[in-house]
Amino acid sequence: MSSPLLYAKNLSTGYHSGGRKIVVSAGLPELEIDRGRMICLLGANGSGKSTLLRTLAGLQPALGGTVAVGGATHLSPADLARRISLVLTDRVVGTNLDVYSLVVLGRYPWSGWLGGLDAADRSAVGRAMDAAGIMDLQHRKVHTLSDGESQKVMLARALAQDTPLLMLDEPTAHLDLPSRIRLMRLLHTLTREMNKGILLSTHELDLALQVADELWLLQSGGVLHKGAPEDMVLEGAFEAAFAGEDVVFDRATGVFRIHPEGGPAIRLEGDGTLAFWTRRALQREGFTVIREETADRVVRIIEEKSAPRWVLETAGASRSYTSIGALLRELK
Amino acid sequence: MNCSIRKLSLTGLLLLLVLACVLDISAGAVRIPLHDIFRILFSRAPAADASWSFIVDKIRLPKAITAILAGCGLSVGGLQMQTLFRNPLADPGVLGITAGASLGVAAVMLTGGSMTTIYAIKELGPSGSWLIACAACVGAGMAMLLVLVLSGRLRDNVMMLIIGLMIGSVTLALISIWQYFSNPDEVKDYLLWTFGSLGGVTGKQLSILGLIVGVGLIAAWLSSKMLDALLLGENYARSMGLTVRRARTIIVCTTSLLAGVITAFCGPIGFIGIAVPHLARLCFNTSSHRILIPACCLIGAILLLLCDCISQWPGTQAVLPINIITSLVGAPLVILLLVRRRNLSINAYR
Repeated sequence: MSSPLLYAKNLSTGYHSGGRKIVVSAGLPELEIDRGRMICLLGANGSGKSTLLRTLAGLQPALGGTVAVGGATHLSPADLARRISLVLTDRVVGTNLDVYSLVVLGRYPWSGWLGGLDAADRSAVGRAMDAAGIMDLQHRKVHTLSDGESQKVMLARALAQDTPLLMLDEPTAHLDLPSRIRLMRLLHTLTREMNKGILLSTHELDLALQVADELWLLQSGGVLHKGAPEDMVLEGAFEAAFAGEDVVFDRATGVFRIHPEGGPAIRLEGDGTLAFWTRRALQREGFTVIREETADRVVRIIEEKSAPRWVLETAGASRSYTSIGALLRELK
Repeated sequence: MNCSIRKLSLTGLLLLLVLACVLDISAGAVRIPLHDIFRILFSRAPAADASWSFIVDKIRLPKAITAILAGCGLSVGGLQMQTLFRNPLADPGVLGITAGASLGVAAVMLTGGSMTTIYAIKELGPSGSWLIACAACVGAGMAMLLVLVLSGRLRDNVMMLIIGLMIGSVTLALISIWQYFSNPDEVKDYLLWTFGSLGGVTGKQLSILGLIVGVGLIAAWLSSKMLDALLLGENYARSMGLTVRRARTIIVCTTSLLAGVITAFCGPIGFIGIAVPHLARLCFNTSSHRILIPACCLIGAILLLLCDCISQWPGTQAVLPINIITSLVGAPLVILLLVRRRNLSINAYR
């Protein structure tokens, strides 16, 4: 088991259209997915995430370079299906499919030539549904499922396929926040407990920073930065990736800032949770929050036994507020 | 629970099939008592009237067998097309095969001059002639070859559907041109053929129809695993190890074979191919093709037998064309079922 689950070299992705090659990403660096690793593929819309994912999964041919799955290139579709399972963004429109039958389809590469199931197949289906937490959905028709349920069902189908490598294309799209977090946690658990390799593309930077063992940050044209999430933040990879666009990555908090900087400076004194949320509020109001003593306005947080107070000092005057809301009303 | 419902449906449908068969054989202009029919069918003993055994053996039994074969073939072809194109309105005709067969027939009937056609029709009736059947086979085969050649160049099933429809449309336009320049008698002959007919397929022709439909049905059943995988769309099917292009070729070939040979011998029979797969899904509440294909066979055979009974119009000499009956009887039936059972909404395909 020395060779990685997936290894790609000199990869160029794209597609053929009318006899011409349309290159989406060219000259990608070496890519490697090992057992037990969770890799998040990030990138703006149109940067080629899906094309890269589909190329690695063998759904579309690479325009150049090689993809080796478990050390072997040019696997037959059937062999490939025993090593990589997919969750795609394609909507499954059920022709009378119920959830159980859909998960059973995941056994396709293993089942008999008429699709009959043996005991091993049945237990794999059961384990997959259990892991994805959809036991109670199994008799529902697919078209009656909510987006979150549907995503879990498609994950269960991929798990039933019982492959060492799992790839998911934007699995968290259309999900509400708790479902997104639950899904990410579930995937993370799978890498730890079942030793699966997982590659998923997502727009959820904050979640990716928390769960990923490795990030692949894809920029249009085929520039791909990769590394441990924390290294990438500290190296400024995100600032660089989004330079030139009108969004700013805040290295200190690990999120993209909605409110542009450049407003009047204000100094914030205090720390901990109170300071964090006060800072967010001030930034929303357009202030540039600094620590230096150059600002002519200062907000000082005083933590007392009963309740915190916010003291605003401007040109000698000083007023005290009992909530951030009151402070902001004064600042406006 | 699901399993017992299925068994119940299956038993009910089998009984219905037997009933429909008996009804179809006993229906007709000449009234033959039921026990005489059974005697002719099973004991080979001479019937009370010698002409009765000729009617049953040479006319009614072959017609019932033809109805069963055509019902099975068209329904299974329709099911395959609905799954391949993931479209509830697809039928075996979407590939342009039926139109191809029609073109072949039109070519013979309309250009061959009235001499050949009149001879052929006088000899065996408009649907039963070898000449017409061969012409239809050639037409269907050419349409199928065209579709196959084009399908090898496409990755997408939807494009395939559009191309099939276009081939059908061009073919029908060619037929229209032919009709426009032909004399009214020849056009009428051709029109009669397009009404469809289950009668007149006897002897060797029936064996050939039976053989080819049998091969097609077995091939369809053997590809049920592929069809199941295609339910999730081409990308998922590919990710599960299905070679989509090869699967498409097999499915297109099977459907073409079924639709082509049935159209050749019976003329274009509409509606069965669209409706029966929906009825099968309703009755058996499943999406597994291993079950749906036999279910389609059962329901398709029953429906076509019943339609044939109605077309005899009990008590009269008049025989209405089968194509009219399938639409008149079947369409309201499907509407009724869909309205009563909303869970199989057409929405499910979107």
